[in-house]
Amino acid sequence: MTDQPIVFQSPVKRVIAVPGRVFSFSKRWPIIPVVIMLLIIFGAIFAPVLAPFEPQKGDLRARNMPPVWLDGGDSTHWLGTDNLGRDIYSRMLYGARISLFVAAVAVSFGLVMGTLTGVTAGYYGGMVDEILMRLVDLWSSLPFLLIALIVAISVGPSLGMVIGLLAVSSWSAGSRNIRGEVLSLRNREYVHMARVMNASDVRIILRHLLPNVMHVVIVITTLRTGSMIIAEAGLSFLGVGVPASVPTWGLMIAQGQKFLTTTWWMSIIPGVAIFAIVLSFNFLGDWLRDRFDPRLNQLD
Amino acid sequence: MQKFFIRRLIFAFLTLWSITFVVFGLSRMGPDPLLIYVRDDSYGISEETLEKLRAKWGLDQPFHIQYIKWMGSIVRGDFGESIAAQRPVTKIIAERLPATLQLAAVAWILASIPGVALGVLSAVKRGSMWDYFTRTLALIGQATPSFWLAILMILVVAVRLEWLPPATKADSTESFMTQASYFVLPALVLGFDPWATYLRLTRSSMLEVLDSEFVKLARAKGVSGTSVIWRHALRNALIQPLTVSALVLASFITGSVFVESVFAWPGIGRLAVQASLDNDFPVLAGVVLLFGTAYVVMNFIADILYAVIDPRIRYD
Repeated sequence: MTDQPIVFQSPVKRVIAVPGRVFSFSKRWPIIPVVIMLLIIFGAIFAPVLAPFEPQKGDLRARNMPPVWLDGGDSTHWLGTDNLGRDIYSRMLYGARISLFVAAVAVSFGLVMGTLTGVTAGYYGGMVDEILMRLVDLWSSLPFLLIALIVAISVGPSLGMVIGLLAVSSWSAGSRNIRGEVLSLRNREYVHMARVMNASDVRIILRHLLPNVMHVVIVITTLRTGSMIIAEAGLSFLGVGVPASVPTWGLMIAQGQKFLTTTWWMSIIPGVAIFAIVLSFNFLGDWLRDRFDPRLNQLD
Repeated sequence: MQKFFIRRLIFAFLTLWSITFVVFGLSRMGPDPLLIYVRDDSYGISEETLEKLRAKWGLDQPFHIQYIKWMGSIVRGDFGESIAAQRPVTKIIAERLPATLQLAAVAWILASIPGVALGVLSAVKRGSMWDYFTRTLALIGQATPSFWLAILMILVVAVRLEWLPPATKADSTESFMTQASYFVLPALVLGFDPWATYLRLTRSSMLEVLDSEFVKLARAKGVSGTSVIWRHALRNALIQPLTVSALVLASFITGSVFVESVFAWPGIGRLAVQASLDNDFPVLAGVVLLFGTAYVVMNFIADILYAVIDPRIRYD
């Protein structure tokens, strides 16, 4: 593959070369993304304790305050305040709760449903496989953003609606990969053996197949989490997601857009948070993929 | 091949039908179907008037009758009248469609040509700083929500540097250069994700082709380096990015909803969001069905292109 000549590199040399060492260290364990993720998750869980102000209560005397590193910034509101004087840091913490909660529920649902479909289709084959895979095809060719716009007017924006919508939109992703994996496992000796020993289908699936496709499931789930966070933020941004009475990152970006010429940080700060956590999940997913299953490379 | 074609065609129609069913079913799913025509906060309307409105839109009839009637008019090309604008939906969409198509075309050009060129460069100079730089940019692009990227671009390029206008589309009476300047930012944002896709695909298929026997043979015959890359290798490496083009164009549908909203672009993506916020079901249904059809057609084309290029798929 490489057009460079293969040169023997002694281990000693590699330790001395600093950039190489940093690179191989981050290859072994993606430390920065994991720290970012843990920080945001920690902030979301302990938001009521950590937030210095109430997320929805504004102090009009302290409105439009810039973050602490800009001129006029103050350490009481270190990420600044918005046009109504609400503390952006506190709103960010509460926003993280929504983002992570929605993503976690939607991805978990997708994980269970996707694995179930993939394993069933792969294990039984034939008609079952054909029907399930056509259903997956059909599902992945529905434009879900547009469907969200319809649901938003008929049911009205709500947290439950966003979670439900993202959950149903996410189950089909990955079930094809899982099916492929099961297809290759189905004819292994140990599966035949289990069948000879009179093990039931359920037992074979749960005890013998499922543990062996878990690595695919984990990689897909991690990579999907980032796109779920972006999807939730997108719906809130358009005003068709979580109702405006709840602070979310997407809503904060939308509210700040009107004040871009003056209080630009209102939009930029939540975007940086989305960017950081999505990039972290993608990095972790890529790392897991390289580690456990390089063949999944075409996944994204 | 013919059998495959027919099967995919049937599937495309099935998908299209499912979209109509989902659109209609979801619209009648809420606590009060009248909400899709009348705003929640439109208090003060007497119960008698509400009943009349229900009868006007046929909401008092059973679900399947409503669906069949609605489908009947859709098939005849009648999408009804907008609640907010009191005009036929087809007229509103026809007015707004060109802006969306123009933006998508410009974005596609901005994404495909530089994406393929940089992909080739990345593959040829594999492992160089240049390769790392473009790949990092592509990775960052994947993690950036398009609507936020749009706001960031407006802030930096339009508000701070004042190089380009911040939003909307120029009047058609303006000079060409003025009109073009309004296209740059939205098209760049809309094209950013596809650009990364083109780059990644071109890079990987280029690497594969550069490693193949016929390229080595061309090199051994003494063909110049540039000629090997651009004439021998790229021609074969282009297959992958070409087939994905249909899917890229389909992705513009979701993209245009966000980009048009941020840039106040007078296209149908923004129209859909407005209709959703205005409880204007006829307009929303019209746009969603149009987008849905485009989506299904693009997916169908992508499927067929793949099968033409890779015969193994046909026996799937």
